[in-house]
Amino acid sequence: MTAPNPQSSKPRSPLPFNMREVVLPGDSACPGCPIPMAWKVISAVFGEKMILVIPACCSSVVVGAYPGNSLKASVVHVAFASAAAVASGISEALRKRGITDVQVIAWAGDGGTADIGMASLSGAAERNHDMIYIMYDNEAYMNTGIQRSSSTPYGAWTTTTPIIGKTEHKKDVAKIMISHGVPYVATASIAYPHDFYAKLQRAKKIRGFKFIHLHAPCPVGWRFDPKYTVRVGKLAIETGLWILYEYYDGKIHLSGPSRPYMDPKKRKPIIEYLKLQGRFKGITEEKIKEIETYVNQHWEWVKRHM
Amino acid sequence: MGKLVALTGNYAVAYAAKYAKVDVVAAYPITPQTSIVEKLAELIESGELDAIMIRVESEHSALAATFGAAIAGARAFTATSSQGLLYMHEFVHWVSRARIPAVMAIVTRALAPPWNIWPDHSDYMDQRDAGWIMGFAMDNQEVFDLTLQAFKISEDPRVYLPVMVGLEGFILGHTTMPVELPDQEIVDQWLGPRRQEYVIDGREPLALGNLAWPEDTEEMFMEIQKAMNNAKKVIKEVDEEYGKLFGRKYGGLIQCINCEDAKYFAVSMGAWTGDLIEAINKLREDGYPIGVIRIRFCRPFPYEDIWEKVQNAKGIIVFDRSISYGAWGPLFSDLITGLYHYTNKLPTMSNIVAGIGGVNITYNDFARMLTNFVETIEKGEKPPVFTWYHKR
Ligand SMILES: Cc1ncc(C[n+]2csc(CCOP(=O)(O)OP(=O)(O)O)c2C)c(N)n1
Ligand code: SF4
Ligand SMILES: [Mg+2]
Repeated sequence: MTAPNPQSSKPRSPLPFNMREVVLPGDSACPGCPIPMAWKVISAVFGEKMILVIPACCSSVVVGAYPGNSLKASVVHVAFASAAAVASGISEALRKRGITDVQVIAWAGDGGTADIGMASLSGAAERNHDMIYIMYDNEAYMNTGIQRSSSTPYGAWTTTTPIIGKTEHKKDVAKIMISHGVPYVATASIAYPHDFYAKLQRAKKIRGFKFIHLHAPCPVGWRFDPKYTVRVGKLAIETGLWILYEYYDGKIHLSGPSRPYMDPKKRKPIIEYLKLQGRFKGITEEKIKEIETYVNQHWEWVKRHM
Repeated sequence: MGKLVALTGNYAVAYAAKYAKVDVVAAYPITPQTSIVEKLAELIESGELDAIMIRVESEHSALAATFGAAIAGARAFTATSSQGLLYMHEFVHWVSRARIPAVMAIVTRALAPPWNIWPDHSDYMDQRDAGWIMGFAMDNQEVFDLTLQAFKISEDPRVYLPVMVGLEGFILGHTTMPVELPDQEIVDQWLGPRRQEYVIDGREPLALGNLAWPEDTEEMFMEIQKAMNNAKKVIKEVDEEYGKLFGRKYGGLIQCINCEDAKYFAVSMGAWTGDLIEAINKLREDGYPIGVIRIRFCRPFPYEDIWEKVQNAKGIIVFDRSISYGAWGPLFSDLITGLYHYTNKLPTMSNIVAGIGGVNITYNDFARMLTNFVETIEKGEKPPVFTWYHKR
């Protein structure tokens, strides 16, 4: 089977729906949670033949409590900083044992990736172990109650930036991973399951370390109505704030959904994205300008590397 | 037939891992453990050992990757010291609570600050509540034997707990001694293939570590305590078997020297017990009836074994090379608590903490402390319960 081209803009056929057999109903996610949405897409690619390595994060809870389990795949819960390291060990043990049809996936939040897990992620990437590392980015420590992470965007309210909002921009982890020289880096969004699916398909065929930075709007932490998870995710693309791309063969390949927004005139005003979310309530014009500047710079960087 | 070679303690560790045919080694260098990692890298790169080496970026990842490899069905090994052990502490608990067999050598070293690379037991003893079986060697032959036995004990279905093997940095780690290496074929037959309760390799969906409610959690941890109890039997069995196959038997959880007619007992653990034994041999010539109990395993703690030996003791002196600040040396605390279960008329007991930060305790120091202890009791006086023996 060839991987669908994520850049194609033809109408999508539905994803294979064996995913309901792997991501079972009855998890412990909040309404509108992006996590099970992403798992369904992942399971459409790997079925039961995957081992998810999950550090401390919302997903540790979403899977469900013992003896229950909402995923019909293998799951290993691990310490907060250790997803990439444990996955390294599993991946090497499988290689030693000659098991080649099972995908090792480190599935970690932004805190477990951009902050406490950064060293183990960097180590595993540099060693180029065969795994897919997916950072699902809900842009704060949600599991512990919406504290700021280095991946929280500028201006956002969190419980540890309660009055002024975050005063620094988001750490760009995909960029950091590109600089590691790993064979595959991609950004994705839960609002674009076909795009995410195609990227997983491509990653599946590549041996070595693959990194996917998955934008994952969280209704609880971002303060929006749970029915808007996908809408918020789409607006992030349509405003140009989140850019979907793949990086391989030494350059960036812009993904279909983000293509139109290379042209700044086609982008929706950033406020469209911000105003749906309580975490940006009362944000000043000045701060919105600052976000715009950041977005433009990010686009320039992407264009330079295409 | 085995063959006699000259090995440092660190190389003895590396060779034991080789004889156990480990599949995966994940390690990070730290003085004085480094030469274990270097030797294993050499054995693996030269093809003498068919294993995968993961040269991780930290100790936290070293044990995390060891754990990952172990749950996925590999015989996995790591080693560390001092700050490295503290850095991986979160995972020390993770491995035992997941009930996954694995072996880790601890080349003991003092803890900083101040920076200090000399040996004491502070790093090792700091792990004693973590649910690992904890063995400690006295010489390089035992380092080899114990490390190899650790795999057998760890993978016994009655145990399924990780095992730590302690050896002092430099004193054993960097000192060359004769070590007899066994016949590989006999080792293979005896050790057998990797055993573990569950394997997460994607062949069937399996989840490890899901959130659990208090009662479920507690029941899982109660099983660790049971496994620790089982381990006492298993450790002795393994010691017996090993003795039969390879000609060296150590006595199980403890080794007793000159215990039969002893009225006084000196208890200690690790390489300095060698100096202690020498001191006692000398003192025996002068008529002091002292025996030595060397603790080979401090987890599970050998309460019964020690009690059996000291029932008629007049005095017990316990040498600790680490201290629980604000309390006493941990071996002493464990022992006195345990003995109280058997008798409410404890013999006179004294704790010496010494050799901290690598201070060299000689056979003369031991002789001085022992004569002092025995003579004080013989005079009808009570020696202090706790002394920090310091030479300056
Ligand atoms: C060593 C350690 N420090 C702190 C915690 C507490 N903790 C658990 S989850 C979490 C935040 C996770 O944030 P993220 O990785 O972004 O995942 P999310 O919960 O947002 O899905 C924290 C701080 C922990 N479990 N372990
Ligand atoms: S807080 Fe957000 S990410 Fe976490 S479970 Fe709830 S909706 Fe999902
Ligand atoms: Mg998060």
